[in-house]
Amino acid sequence: MAEVVRTSGGATAELKKKSLIPYFLLAPGLLWLALFFVAPIITLVGTATKTQGAGIGEFIQTYRWANYWDALTGASAQFGRSFLYAFIATLLALAIAYPLAYGIAFKSGKYKNILLVLVVAPFFCSFILRTIAWKQILGQNGPVFRTLVDLHLISSTTHITASVPAVIIGLAYNFLPFMTLPLYGSLERIDPRVLEASGDLYANAFTTFRRVTVPLSMPGVVAGTLLTFIPAAGDYVNAEILGNPSTKMIGNVINAQFLNTQDYPTAAALSFILMIAISIMVMIYVRKAGTEELV
Amino acid sequence: MKVLTRWFSRNLIRIYMVLGFTYLFIPVAYTFAFSFNDYIKSNLVWRGFTWNNWKQPCGVLDVCPALGNSIKIGLLATFIATILGTLIAFALGRYAFRGRAVTNTLIFLPMASPELVLGASLLTIFLNLGMNLGFWTIVIAHVMFCISFVVVTVKARIASLDPRLEQAAMDLYANERETFRRVTFPLVAPGIAGAALLAFSLSFDDFIITNFNSGTTITFPLYVYTHAERGLPAQANVIGSAMFFLALIIVVLGQVVSAKRKVGTK
Repeated sequence: MAEVVRTSGGATAELKKKSLIPYFLLAPGLLWLALFFVAPIITLVGTATKTQGAGIGEFIQTYRWANYWDALTGASAQFGRSFLYAFIATLLALAIAYPLAYGIAFKSGKYKNILLVLVVAPFFCSFILRTIAWKQILGQNGPVFRTLVDLHLISSTTHITASVPAVIIGLAYNFLPFMTLPLYGSLERIDPRVLEASGDLYANAFTTFRRVTVPLSMPGVVAGTLLTFIPAAGDYVNAEILGNPSTKMIGNVINAQFLNTQDYPTAAALSFILMIAISIMVMIYVRKAGTEELV
Repeated sequence: MKVLTRWFSRNLIRIYMVLGFTYLFIPVAYTFAFSFNDYIKSNLVWRGFTWNNWKQPCGVLDVCPALGNSIKIGLLATFIATILGTLIAFALGRYAFRGRAVTNTLIFLPMASPELVLGASLLTIFLNLGMNLGFWTIVIAHVMFCISFVVVTVKARIASLDPRLEQAAMDLYANERETFRRVTFPLVAPGIAGAALLAFSLSFDDFIITNFNSGTTITFPLYVYTHAERGLPAQANVIGSAMFFLALIIVVLGQVVSAKRKVGTK
């Protein structure tokens, strides 16, 4: 009953058994996660059922589970908006990242590694700075707006920022590397001989792409869409910088309630609902997509 | 006309790649360009070229202390998370034990939770415990979300090792400790270095989780965010651009070194 792992070298390694060593290795890291990830989530569930006490920021534990329902109905519009924006941004990111990953995997020869570095490189120039840069590029004084006005494509009284498309463009932009890397990972693993075989069997380039390349890249598509959708649905920075009051996402609500109005129970309830909603969506999606090799 | 269409269809992917990279780099290029702006108060309109901002990156109040905090927090969090994460990765990659599935789930969940939930839940527990928010609560939070990324990166490296190398070392009468020290660890080291770089960049750039748990401590992303409305000084662009080029140089050097090593072993 020896447990065996297959490595990419093709050889197999037997895992060492019956020893206390792995538990010593695991203990410090897992303890950290238990204290600062699991315990906080459990506290969150409890905090959500408290009710307002005497002063601002003071709450008494009353196990009022209806708080969850009140929070959900109070912010249903922002919930809907978050998932809608995140969904469109994910599709947009997929449309941009797929050809990019495909090109890097199949068409870039010896420049492959450099191009891969370039995909991640924008990360190093602060995420907030880049979002503010978008605001200024698309804003009234920016090059895009002026050009469009000069070409009489839009009137000078409209604006591109402080709008739904600006928020979605910002979301798709921010999480693009999260989409590109897993896509590249699964495309790169495709054996070019499989594609040649498809051609030998009289499939044209498009049929080969549709019937061979795309199905083989599905694990990357699933991982990439999840890594984009999850942070996008919980984001509030893009909506704050590139949006207007009517584009507020659930993140903006939770953030304001925690840090400004100090309505901790409602904020905790909303956070927990967000987490559960995302988990359910992810489970349905992963089951439909039929891949289990995510990590 | 026909030649043109053929050229387009043949180079479609390349054209698309150029467009994709342009989209990725427009904000970076903008940030870099405006780091040279001779601005007054707010760095919104181009007023002319100057080297002054680069000569005096700390010329504005608070920006360098914020950067210092970010670097200190980043280094501390990277150090702790890399050790904890590497230990877990070795346990998962080298040992059979009960509770493997639970461990995998516990590693995966923080990566699959929105940052907002991680930040908010940590804040609730810090508030309940009556802890003072500040430098150390940020470090605790950063270690928490970096561990998973370290585990995944190092685990992938361990899984790609050829076990025959370790077997060969044992055959040559190296004991387990020597095999680990002289064979396994050097082979896994590049993966650990990559994981540390990833952890540092995640920590350095984090805004959402930090914003919840920072108290009055200001990190660089927090500085940029709070000053965005009143007008951001060009010094912020200088620091952002400098970090970008620094990271690029480190990564490219790392690639060159590992490429050389590969040639050397062949």
